Amino acid sequence: MSSTLLLIQLLNGIQLGVLLFLIAAGLTLVFGVMGFINLAHGVQYMIGAYLTVWFYGMTGHFGAALVLALLAALALALFLEFAVFRHLYDRDHLDQVLATFGVILFLNQAVKVIWGPVPLVISPPEFLAGTFRLTENLNYSIWRIAIIVIGLAIAALLWFLVTKTRIGMLVRAGASNAEMVGALGVDIRRLFMIVFGFGAMLAGFAGSIAAPIYSVEPGMGDGLLITAFVVIVIGGIGSIRGTFIAALLVGLVDTLGRSTITDILKLFLEPSAANQIGPALASMAIYILMAAVLFFRPEGLFPAQGRRA
Amino acid sequence: MRNLVSAAVMALSLAAGPALAKDTLKVGMIVTLSGPPGALGNQARDGFQLALDEMGGKLGGMETEFILEDDELKADVAQSKARALVEREEVDFVVGTIFSNMLAAIYKPVIKSGTFLISPNAGPSTFAGKNCHENFFVTSYQNNQNFEVLGKIATDKKYKKVFMLAPNYQAGKDAMAGFKQNYKGKIADEVFTPLGHKDFSAEIARIADAEADALFIFMPGGMGVRFVKQFRASGLADKMAFLSAFTVDETTLPAQKDDAVGMNGATNWAPDLDNAQTAAFTAAFEEKYDYIPGGYAMQAYDTAKLIDSAVKAAGGTGDKDAVRAALEAADFTSLRGDFSFNNNHYPVQDFYLLEVVKREDGKYHTSIVEKIFDDYSDSYAEACKL
Repeated sequence: MSSTLLLIQLLNGIQLGVLLFLIAAGLTLVFGVMGFINLAHGVQYMIGAYLTVWFYGMTGHFGAALVLALLAALALALFLEFAVFRHLYDRDHLDQVLATFGVILFLNQAVKVIWGPVPLVISPPEFLAGTFRLTENLNYSIWRIAIIVIGLAIAALLWFLVTKTRIGMLVRAGASNAEMVGALGVDIRRLFMIVFGFGAMLAGFAGSIAAPIYSVEPGMGDGLLITAFVVIVIGGIGSIRGTFIAALLVGLVDTLGRSTITDILKLFLEPSAANQIGPALASMAIYILMAAVLFFRPEGLFPAQGRRA
Repeated sequence: MRNLVSAAVMALSLAAGPALAKDTLKVGMIVTLSGPPGALGNQARDGFQLALDEMGGKLGGMETEFILEDDELKADVAQSKARALVEREEVDFVVGTIFSNMLAAIYKPVIKSGTFLISPNAGPSTFAGKNCHENFFVTSYQNNQNFEVLGKIATDKKYKKVFMLAPNYQAGKDAMAGFKQNYKGKIADEVFTPLGHKDFSAEIARIADAEADALFIFMPGGMGVRFVKQFRASGLADKMAFLSAFTVDETTLPAQKDDAVGMNGATNWAPDLDNAQTAAFTAAFEEKYDYIPGGYAMQAYDTAKLIDSAVKAAGGTGDKDAVRAALEAADFTSLRGDFSFNNNHYPVQDFYLLEVVKREDGKYHTSIVEKIFDDYSDSYAEACKL
């Protein structure tokens, strides 16, 4: 593998990591602060993508579609919180898993009924739609670079919100000990609602900016949700910093694993055997990483401080 | 008085029962209608329905009840629906499925009941060789054939180095093996991605690095939509040939649009195949459903015509041996022109190189470039003892 190829794969890995971060950030806060397992988080990602395509069709302007999609995704998240999730905070995890799984089934099917089963596509805004020449053979989409920049900017914003503002302080305190925060006179239900809405909006945003490079289809968030759970487990539940680092780590391990493991195996295995084992091993790479992290640091890389396991 | 009425009702229902069984034909269809792969099943449903409507709701001159079931791409669902069709509904024919793993699920209950099973799409090797069965027919192709055709094309065009890409599951492995059967050049690399893969950037970077003459690719459904879009953006589409199966077709083109124009595929038919019945079919289909039919619709349409011809020739469904003989004869006008059944009840037919084109009205479809194989049969038929 040449060094340019390695560089391209690093870029691809970071881009995947940034997307994972946007999805996992909301998940880790909801899980960390509220102790609430929201399997329907991946559906928020899908809804974000669909709404963007829908509003784009209506307005013909990507920026406007993005803003409208975010607001609509937020409204839907708050409605779901009010109608379904709010009643589950005090229940045990199994009830939460069952109910949010039901939401997945319902929304996946609803999306299919409204927009049909065929994948939809959307172009990025015009001034970012082009490509630039990366190597002699390969053009790289400017939008992918834009995703990295936007994602890093949002990570910085989140870092600021969580560490420097009052609401961020409450969120951090909530992640450590939600009951104590409640006992100190903070309206914990309202805090939950804000965290939930914000997390869902971030996932919706991830869906919006991913829509131009992936296809928009029912169930598109289901696979990413599992990866997002891997990210928050590696990063330490409730920790934004941990999630950020873990997301980049998972993005890089997954991308580099897929592009190198088979070739590495070919060095000391028959090519046919390497082709059998390589892809399987590449798919497992992030789970092996998770197992290794859990073995050495059962709380994840950067657990929320003082969090009771 | 009450006794009289109930006796009359009883007598009537007794009389009606057998009469109903005699002049109505029941056909059950099991295809995938839910989820993103549902687009394929929708085409099969519409193709079959169109044929039925054109024949005035009758197959072989018999009033036909068409029962449609969704297998949801779940083996247990497919199996229980198949059981319901043969046991409760007592259908004469089961038409299904789209996916080979669903066919494996419904095969046993349907065949065991003695009902005819006709697959409008799935054509696994499993039932083509020594496990072939007298009541099982396939109107599409044997799964490997499209890939074998692509291998032949790559050899004919003298591509020296081919990069191969497929999802990591059985069909993906079969695709690679099928391609290699007729391709004798060098293979730059064989890459398997996870099923349902989202981001092909890592794979595309490797393709760029390999500097191959052509890309052989099998990426069905949403994977194909994403790949084609990302491949086009990478600029590689202008630098190498694109040989695909089930990656750019009428189910994915509405999403791929301009990105797919000029890309190649290989299969047994295209909506612009030059014969009168295809022209009429494509026009009628678009008129009714407002989209361009693909192979899935064509094969389901042919399946309806096949059943029609067999029931007509056998004079009903009473004599199973006569129906079977009539099915084997395949005496109907296929949209493909040449069509006959091999001894294993898989088709012997022509295969073509296709190219994606944009029509004047802005819609996209695959178009015939040239015939690659004439009367091509699959390589498993020899092992079948029928």
